[in-house]
Amino acid sequence: MSDSPIAVEQHGPEHLHHFADAEQQRDAASLGMWLFLATEIMFFGGMFLAYLVYRYWYYNEFAAGSRSLDISLGTINTAVLICSSLTVALGVRAAQMGNRKLLVILLLLTIVFGFAFLGIKGVEWYQKFEEHHIPGRSFNAGDLIKEYPQIHIDPQHEQIYFSLYFAMTGLHALHMIIGVGIFVFLTYHAWKGRYTPKYHTPIEIGGLYWHFVDIVWIYLFPLLYLIDRKPLR
Amino acid sequence: MSEHVMSSKFYYTIWIVLLCLTVITAAVSFVDLGPFNTIVALVIATVKALLVILFFMHVKYTSERLTKIVIVSAIFWLLLLLGLSMADYATRFLS
Amino acid sequence: MATVAVSAEREHYLNKEYGIRSWLLTTDHKRIALLYLVSITFFFFIGGFFALLIRLELLTPAGDLVQADTYNKLFSMHGQVMIFFFLIPSIPAVLGNFLVPLMIGAKDLAFPRINLLSWYLLVIAGVIYIHCIATGGVDTGWTFYTPFSTAFSNTRVIEAGIAIFIVGFSSILTGLNFVVTIHRMRAPGMTWSRLPLFIWAHYATSIIQLLGTPVLAITLLLVVFERAFNLGIFDPTRGGDPLLFQHLFWFYSHPAVYIMILPAMAVESEVVACFTRKRIFGYNFVAMSSIAIAVFGFLVWAHHMFVAGISLYSALIFSILSYLVAVPSAIKVFNWTATMYKGSISFTTPMLYALGFIGLFTMGGLTGLFLSALGIDVHVHDTYFVIAHFHYIMVGGAVMGYLGGLHFWWPKISGRMYPEAWGRLAALLVFAGFNLTFFPQFILGYMGMPRRYWQYPPEFQVLNVLSTAGSTILAVGYVLPMVYFLWSMRYGKIASDNPWGAAGLEWKTSSPPPTFNFDETPEVTWEAYNYEEIPAPAEVPVER
Repeated sequence: MSDSPIAVEQHGPEHLHHFADAEQQRDAASLGMWLFLATEIMFFGGMFLAYLVYRYWYYNEFAAGSRSLDISLGTINTAVLICSSLTVALGVRAAQMGNRKLLVILLLLTIVFGFAFLGIKGVEWYQKFEEHHIPGRSFNAGDLIKEYPQIHIDPQHEQIYFSLYFAMTGLHALHMIIGVGIFVFLTYHAWKGRYTPKYHTPIEIGGLYWHFVDIVWIYLFPLLYLIDRKPLR
Repeated sequence: MSEHVMSSKFYYTIWIVLLCLTVITAAVSFVDLGPFNTIVALVIATVKALLVILFFMHVKYTSERLTKIVIVSAIFWLLLLLGLSMADYATRFLS
Repeated sequence: MATVAVSAEREHYLNKEYGIRSWLLTTDHKRIALLYLVSITFFFFIGGFFALLIRLELLTPAGDLVQADTYNKLFSMHGQVMIFFFLIPSIPAVLGNFLVPLMIGAKDLAFPRINLLSWYLLVIAGVIYIHCIATGGVDTGWTFYTPFSTAFSNTRVIEAGIAIFIVGFSSILTGLNFVVTIHRMRAPGMTWSRLPLFIWAHYATSIIQLLGTPVLAITLLLVVFERAFNLGIFDPTRGGDPLLFQHLFWFYSHPAVYIMILPAMAVESEVVACFTRKRIFGYNFVAMSSIAIAVFGFLVWAHHMFVAGISLYSALIFSILSYLVAVPSAIKVFNWTATMYKGSISFTTPMLYALGFIGLFTMGGLTGLFLSALGIDVHVHDTYFVIAHFHYIMVGGAVMGYLGGLHFWWPKISGRMYPEAWGRLAALLVFAGFNLTFFPQFILGYMGMPRRYWQYPPEFQVLNVLSTAGSTILAVGYVLPMVYFLWSMRYGKIASDNPWGAAGLEWKTSSPPPTFNFDETPEVTWEAYNYEEIPAPAEVPVER
């Protein structure tokens, strides 16, 4: 066994062996998570391009599809995510102050809000299923055509709006599910007392991820739900 | 990410502002502003996103310039994807 | 020969622990690099096997070896395996993983466990792709164009899409690891302007991996969703635009070619400096040109779509931008050449690869400029001219850079010297075989032979036969290093810390390095490529 000075030191989780010190480790984790969020921006970005192109081409169909979404549920869901971002931010603060009990409560609340969001999303998707707005063989835009006789709606193009709706909200929901999973993990370790004012990096970077998923929804809401809600002439 | 511990009152304030902006954006969508409906909606969304980034994600209080560079670069790259692609779509049926 | 080896007594990363678990659960970047070496070599031979079948079919004008549908699968899978499972990982995952921490004076990468995860993602994706091959393969072209891939192909598109999606994340995580490591873990005194150009080029590569690959990921996901769930995003019958797929696909896949060439340029800088015994001419320009290539590379993607139906105005814009992107690459070529002027050149194996690289990359790059001209592209798009162009860069450039790098750092990686005479022979065989294989293809394309065709008019046969003949020589050139590298691990001459007399922190530690790289954290007080201070080795080590 080599007796180099490097091999002999012992470190806790706040200072893993290959880092020079805890501060380097913290800075590395933070940069790593921000870079990952940058990749996520590009990942969702591809779908935003598809949205941009097809809204430009098929505005009427996008407007009609948007109107068929439940604006109250959408607004409530947006509020739910904002509340969850609050509990996350307060949770990081609790960790900074070493308040273990408060941290656990806030993490649990975040998970509850996450489930609430997913539940409401499930209700909305079910509504779309009942209205035959799921793209594919069972798709039927007849209700929209009847409802908006003053604009021309091509039922085939309407499928593109709903394809994007399900792809975008579906991928977002998947990220929420992963987020909830991460927070379950964080809650367990918080309860075990692993996070202290000196070391709570996982809470911080888990929080960054959660806020990012919130921001994606902040954009999805107006883009999907609020395209055209003007009173019809 | 700095060690700056913010008051919980500050977080609650940001929270209220975000909720208000949500209600506003939903309500404004019912008002006919012509082409400005889209712009207003996106501006409000961007303000909300900035509030989350700067305050909930602590970017305003971080001393790390690199974090800000990463965020700006990512947004710039997204705009590149959208913008250069639209250069094709916006000019395709001109003649 | 005295193999009472010094290395057997001294502990290093290879002999520190034995057993399969110590390899499959390692977090040591050097061991992970070797895991990658084994994996990508395996995929190289699979991709090469498909190439062999393609070249055999093309020996005769008639389609007489395989059926047309099978031929479609051969070229599609040749491309996907070579690009996603060999070229994109190759230098970064093998040489980058091994060398980045060593070159900057760190003990490991920033996230060693994520590094291991990256390798497992490659392996899992590879298993899925092999299953895809075994159950029918994919025939859409490596490019998955819609609506054929979404609506009409009867092959395993979903499986191939998922496999490439997963290996994309392997690439993203490697890039993430490198960027964080280079920013946060440089040794004291290792400022940005003292970094080896290898690090600058890998940093630029990582930026591309981070910002580009996610777009490929979402694009493939949408194709999978369309096939699996009947979503209509690319479906023309529902108003979908096939060109939207192409925009999204090429937004990644053009920068992807820079992921493949920048690391080879990284190797080039190190090898040319060492075997010219001089600082690279124009260090700042070479460093900045890497970043410029990464940025400009994102601005040119629609030059793959000039005849697909994009607007003429956007075609003009992309054409001009494509000319611009050649400039930083040219700057590098000029600087490497200027480095050699009045240098003290040794024609070792790595240097032979490096010299070949300069010539072949220049030819590939210049023919890329021909393709950027709209008028020329109309004639040669989708012909063998394009195939020759990109093989000159990816094989004549990237693969030769990879082989040159493997030979240059082999003493550091294994503690042994490879046999120099065989090394030089293999390099010459690769160079000769490569040119015989691909130069005729420029002519074929110019004469009008389309790509992806399994039969062709008889007047093209002579050139095709030459090309196939060349590919057999190339194959021998590729197999030889595999044989003698393995040989050298047991019988090769023991390597000293710095057999080449090269500059760089990796040469200041032992060959092979200890697990944590340095016995003491280095403190850097000298500039990069300080060859005026490093004595040349008494003789270039040669193994008979």
